This record gives sequence, C-alpha cells and structure tokens, in this order.
Amino acid sequence: MPAPIRLRELIRTIRTARTQAEEREMIQKECAAIRSSFREEDNTYRCRNVAKLLYMHMLGYPAHFGQLECLKLIASQKFTDKRIGYLGAMLLLDERQDVHLLMTNCIKNDLNHSTQYVQGLALCTLGCMGSSEMCRDLAGEVEKLLKTSNSYLRKKAALCAVHVIRKVPELMEMFLPATKNLLSEKNHGVLHTSVVLLTEMCERSPDMLTHFRKLVPQLVRILKNLIMSGYSPEHDVSGISDPFLQVRILRLLRILGKSDDDSSEAMNDILAQVATNTETSKNVGNAILFPLLQTDHNAVQRHRSTIVDCLKDLDVSIKRRAMELSFALVNGNNIRGMMKELLYFLDSCDPEFKADCASGVFLAAEKYAPSKRWHIDTIMRVLTTAGSYVRDDSVPNLIQLITNSVEMHAYTVQRLYKALLDDISQQPLVQVASWCIGEYGDLLVSGQCEEEEPIQVTEDEVLDVLEGLLVSNLSTPVTRGYSLTAIMKLSTRFSSVNRIKKVVSIYGSSIDVELQQRAVEYNALFKKYDHMRYELRWCSTHSLLTGGRTRSHLNETALPTKPASAGGELLDLLGDLSLSGMPSMTVPLDAESAHSDRSSRHAPNVSLSSRAGIPPMTAYNKNGLKIEFTFERSNPNPNISVITIHASNTTEADMTDFVFQAAVPKVWPQSVVMTRPGGGALKRTESDSFLKLQQQLRMRIKLTYTYKGAPVQDLAEVNNFPPQSWQ
Amino acid sequence: MQFMLLFSRQGKLRLQKWYVPLSDKEKKKITRELVQTVLARKPKMCSFLEWRDLKIVYKRYASLYFCCAIEDQDNELITLEIIHRYVELLDKYFGSVCELDIIFNFEKAYFILDEFLLGGEAQETSKKNVLKAIEQADLLQEVSHHEGSRFVD
Repeated sequence: MPAPIRLRELIRTIRTARTQAEEREMIQKECAAIRSSFREEDNTYRCRNVAKLLYMHMLGYPAHFGQLECLKLIASQKFTDKRIGYLGAMLLLDERQDVHLLMTNCIKNDLNHSTQYVQGLALCTLGCMGSSEMCRDLAGEVEKLLKTSNSYLRKKAALCAVHVIRKVPELMEMFLPATKNLLSEKNHGVLHTSVVLLTEMCERSPDMLTHFRKLVPQLVRILKNLIMSGYSPEHDVSGISDPFLQVRILRLLRILGKSDDDSSEAMNDILAQVATNTETSKNVGNAILFPLLQTDHNAVQRHRSTIVDCLKDLDVSIKRRAMELSFALVNGNNIRGMMKELLYFLDSCDPEFKADCASGVFLAAEKYAPSKRWHIDTIMRVLTTAGSYVRDDSVPNLIQLITNSVEMHAYTVQRLYKALLDDISQQPLVQVASWCIGEYGDLLVSGQCEEEEPIQVTEDEVLDVLEGLLVSNLSTPVTRGYSLTAIMKLSTRFSSVNRIKKVVSIYGSSIDVELQQRAVEYNALFKKYDHMRYELRWCSTHSLLTGGRTRSHLNETALPTKPASAGGELLDLLGDLSLSGMPSMTVPLDAESAHSDRSSRHAPNVSLSSRAGIPPMTAYNKNGLKIEFTFERSNPNPNISVITIHASNTTEADMTDFVFQAAVPKVWPQSVVMTRPGGGALKRTESDSFLKLQQQLRMRIKLTYTYKGAPVQDLAEVNNFPPQSWQ
Repeated sequence: MQFMLLFSRQGKLRLQKWYVPLSDKEKKKITRELVQTVLARKPKMCSFLEWRDLKIVYKRYASLYFCCAIEDQDNELITLEIIHRYVELLDKYFGSVCELDIIFNFEKAYFILDEFLLGGEAQETSKKNVLKAIEQADLLQEVSHHEGSRFVD
C-alpha cells in the first residue's frame, strides 16, 4: 500500500474542490484510505492519518472512527505521536464519549513522565476536558505537581487543579496545603495561575475565603511591585506591566475585601494608586480599572469627594489624574452629581483638558444618561461651552445619538437652531446643528416641540442661517460642506426649492473644490435625478465624515444600486463558460464619472504603462467605448494581481448610466476582488496565494449604458490576459 | 472562557477550542449561530455582545475573526487583550501570520494556544516564555523524527 498522502497535501487538494459535492467526494475517498490504514495497525503513519482526520473534522465531517487511534497515539513513546494524540483527544474524546476514560491510565503515566513537555501535554488535556471520574483518579498527581519547583509544570498544575475543583468540588480541601507558598513565586506564570486557583477556592467556600484573607498583604505587595517597578519588556503591554496578573489580583482582592473592613483598609492605598497610575487611553488600562470599580464598597468610591475636589487643584497633573479618575468613577447612581462637577470643570479648565474632558462627558452621558432629554441637554452644554475643543470624531457619534433619539428630534433641532443664532464660531456645534437642521428642518418650521416652548421659524429664516454659515469667515471647509448638504436636503422638506436651487448652482463654481464638487453633484440631482433627491434623506453619516472623497456618499445612496438580482444576470453571463457557480461582482461606476469624462472624450492620452512587467491589455473596444486593464502586483502580497479598469469614451456624446459587470469562472473562487474607485472591496479574499492556477484566466463582461438617449448593452469575453497577470 | 472560535469572513471555521463539554451537534449549532451573529455586525460596532447567557468578545484581524465566549463574571476587556496576545504569538511564530498559515498549520496553532491558555485561563503571561516552550517542544518533535518516527507533515 502506498504511503498515505501528507497532511498539507491533503489540505491543498481539498481546497481545490469547486463544489461541496466535490469536497465530500474527496473527503470520503481519503477517509476510506485512512480507515484501511487504521485497520492495518500501521504505527508509522498513524500520526499523519489522525492529523488529516482532525482537519476533516474541522471542516464538519464525522471523525469518530479516529477516537481509538488517538488513544494509541497518546500511548506511543514518540513525542510527535503524543502531541497529535492529545490534540485529537481534546477535539474528539470529550467526556461524553464512551472511550474517554480509557485515557486515564495514559495521562497518569504521562503526568509522571521524565520530559516536562509530555507532562505538560497531559496536564493540559486533563485541565481542559477531564471528566469527573478522571479528575477524581488523577487529583493526587496534580496535587503533587502543584508542589514542584519546576515553574513550567507548577503553573499548569494550578490551572489543572482549578478544573478538578470545578468538576469535583469536594476535592478542594486536598489542594489547600499546596497553596501555602504559591504566592512567593517570582515566576509570573505561576503567580497568575495561582491567583486564579485561589480565586476559585475563595469563590466556592466561605471558609477558604476567611483562610486566605491573610494573603491580602502579600497580594498588595505583588501588585505594588508590578506598578512601581520599571519597564519590564517581558511583561509589558502598552506601558503596563503584566496587566493579566494585575487584573486577576484585583479580582481576588475584591473578593477578599468584601465585607471585611480590615482587608479593605489594607487595600485602599494600593487601589487608589492603581487607579491613578493607570493610563486609560488603551484598552489594557481600562481592563485594569474595570475590576477595580466593580468592588461594592470599594475604596475608590469612598474617596470620590476627595477626587472631585482635586479637580479644582492648582497642580495640572493632579487635575488631570482627578479628571481621569472622575470619569472612571461615574456610574448610574452618581451621574447627575458627577456630571455637574465635570461640566463645571469643563467650563473653567485649561484648554489642554477640554478635548479629553468633552470626550469623557459624552461617553459617560451615553452610558448613564438618566433620560434622553438630560442627555441632549448635556451634549448641548458641552457643544456650547467647549464646542471648539470637541474632537472631530465626536461629531458623527453625536449625530448617531441624535438620530436614535427619535422622540427628541424636534427638541434637539430647536435647541441647536437657537444655539446657532447665538454663536457660529464653534465648528463641531455648527456641524451637528447643520446636520440636524438638514434632517429635521421640517420639524423646526412646523413648530412642534413637546419639551419646551416651540419657536416660530420660517423656511427663509432657516435658509438664511445656513447660507450665513456658507459665507461666514468663521466656517471651515468641512462646516461649509455640512451646510451645503443640509440646504440640499431641505429641498425635499421645504417648499422654497427655487431658492435652494439658486444657492446650489452658485456654489458650482466655488473656489473650494470640495464645495464645488458637492454643488455640481447636487445640481445634477436637480437636473437629471430629481426623483432621487429624496434619497439624500438617508445619507449615511459615516461617508460624509470620514476624510474620504464625498463621492462615496452619493455612490451609496443617491444612485440606483443594482439589486441583488444582478447575481442572476451574471449567472447567465457565465452560461456557456460551462462552469458552475460564480461570485457576483458588479461595479456600477457612478454616472457622474461618465459625465465628467466629458474631458476625456477626445481620445485620452493616458499612458497605460506596464507595471511590474505585466503589459496592459485592451479588454474591449467597440463603438467608441474602450476598456483597458492594467495590472499591478499588490504591494503587501505579490501573489495578488490588481487589475485596474480604465473606461474611456472617444465619441462626441456622453455615455451615462454606465454599468460594468464582470464574472470569472469558479476555478478562481475567491481570488478576484473588485474594488470601487474610492476603496471598499466588494468581496473579500482569503489570499488564496497558495494555489498555482493552471487555467488561463477568462472573464466575461457585460456593459450597459445610455448613449444619445438610447440604452446600449453588450457582452464580451476577455481571453487575452497576459500570462504574467494570473500565474 | 467557555470556548474560542476562529473563522473567516465566509464563515469557514479555522480553529475551535472548547473548554466545556458539549455534544458535536450542540457545538455545530452554537458555531453556526454565533458565526452568523458576528459576521452580521458592522465594522464600527462594539467588540462585545451578549449572546444567550454568555458574553462574546470578538476581534477581526484581516480576514480572520477571533471570537471568545466568556462568563458573566469574566473581564471582557482583558479577554480582548488575550485575543491580541494570541495573535501576537502566532505572528511571532509564523513570521507575519496570515489566514493561510493557520489553515495549513492548524495543529501548530492549537499547540501554541495550548501553551498560552489552559482550561480557558492564561497559564503564561510572558510572550517570550510561551514561544520558548513551543520552540523546545518543536525541537523535541524533530528529535523524535530523527529517531525514526514519522513527522506529522
């Protein structure tokens, strides 16, 4: 019998399957081969076969006939066998299987093996999935290993003990003696796992908890060392020394300190110290503060009034710490009081704090706002007092928030409008206000407002304000963009459409390119896509606000996006390429680009240089429409070719509503990605660079456009891909 | 931690580590539902969500989703750090790891995970020590190979 195929070879082969059925067939064939190999009791290849089985198991196929083989591997003397055997056991032999218990003896032997890595395998397996019976049988061995001086084994034994205790709580007592000097270890791995073990014991038994209270000073000392000690590259995570250990210790301290004043006192200082020393700008810092603040009668809350007073301290660094800590202390109970203090601080603090403080206030408000109105009021307060310090990314978040508070729309837009009347210098305020007016302007002029006295505003007054923003020297280009878009949106809500049209057309020749572009596009909407102006209502905020090109929001909302049925058309497209299934890839290039291609309608002189030695090619050239492909090797991954599509119109008239669709045979399943201009891949790849494709790349394209009023459609097959582009 | 799943954007499972005993059927059901739930989330959504009675912590790295299910009393923020640490370990081991590495060397990905976590908890907080242990174990495997046994390949 020939040697069974290698694991990686099998993986490679299975991945070439084009359909589920084909894959199933391959798997069945291989399983049959593996089964007969098992029957022959082949020691040499057992490891390889089980590994392959595990792969197929991960794909979702049954693998129980490999269970006994895993046991044989575990019993083998070879480390390779054991490694795969134990892996197989963990994947296939959980406690629900009949043969699970057969592992016990092997594990027992391996726990006493001369090589620590074998012992490690056994401990790991036992600690991950040992059944209650197994745990009962082997607890003694684990306890022994818990006392070893070998830190590699000791840390594993500790977690194994945790598992044993979870499975068989009565056995907890027997581990008590071994815990005696666990915390005097220097090794962080042992410390971490020991703290986990101690936590488990304390959580399960009040007696244990009382017993371990005496460890508090030691835990505090360890924590102190972690914070005070200098930079330790081995354990550092973003400037914090072993956050995993810190978090675990804090959790244990919280349990030990509960309803015990002496312990709590002993912890006070260190908790406050951790709180003040921990940088919360990274997730890791917050991870540490998190358990800290979960303590019920925790020391830090007790110091809350002191901390709040520190906000008024003269020393800048104290003020900063106090501010950070204050935000960390805010919760549902103290939000109103804390917010008052923090808003007061925001009013009077130095400019260097305002941005962080504003962000903090927004976050806290979002989490704990007692009511929507309170929330909106708080936001308004921040925008009006520190409006120019608010971070750029707050604007989209606020907009999102306002969008979601449906019942507050009228109230919000009214308050924002009033704020604009007072002051248009604070850009974030102006931006949020403009956006709101654009969205809810109809509520503003209709005078509906439940929360307070509605104001009387006319459409013209609103437009005056927005136009004022456009011309004001105080407005940044971004703000102007907001105002213009808001004005445009109002064209669907207000009746004074003509006035709006005038404004939009004026800005079509603005010096500001951004503004000009928007105005031109909006103008087009008026002229050609009047029915789609209403789509602007649902403009996604994100596309407006990420630094990218504004085209994208128009692409996504204003244009008729081809519905999913395009997939069906593409299936037809591939009809007689005689290959089943295909990914649907449609790139509706926005009409605007065809429109502005007016400039290129006189034979473009775009030199399509061959990059990286792959010559460009003409994919299609008919009736004045020329489509060229240029190729480039992708920068991070040279096994990926990036094809850029250049479409040009050499006739005198425009080609509008241009849609380009492409389909490739499924032999290239996920290796072709279509991206739009402006980024955003339509289909992700799994960088299938491993496969050397044997088949010539072929593509079928479908073009539709409107030319001189008449619709044009054409299908073409592209076969002339240079070999360098796909090999 | 109750379990950890690694899956691609197409929902293909690349690694599954279960720390609780469940039948194959239940595991498949959970995997299917959870993968669907996580894949449906938009890029800017929070890394944490509540699902059944568990907290799910997930993060996407290139084309792979790393997804952990933890219990109520566990710290989700540190779980994110655990995920990140695991990715860093894979990255150091494979040298700029990508999804394909994990597909073709899934058993090694498991070995590394099992040197980092045990029973769902971190057993070693030093990156260096985890990698050292793996290195030594790999060496041991090499030695046993030269002693005549077959490699996994």
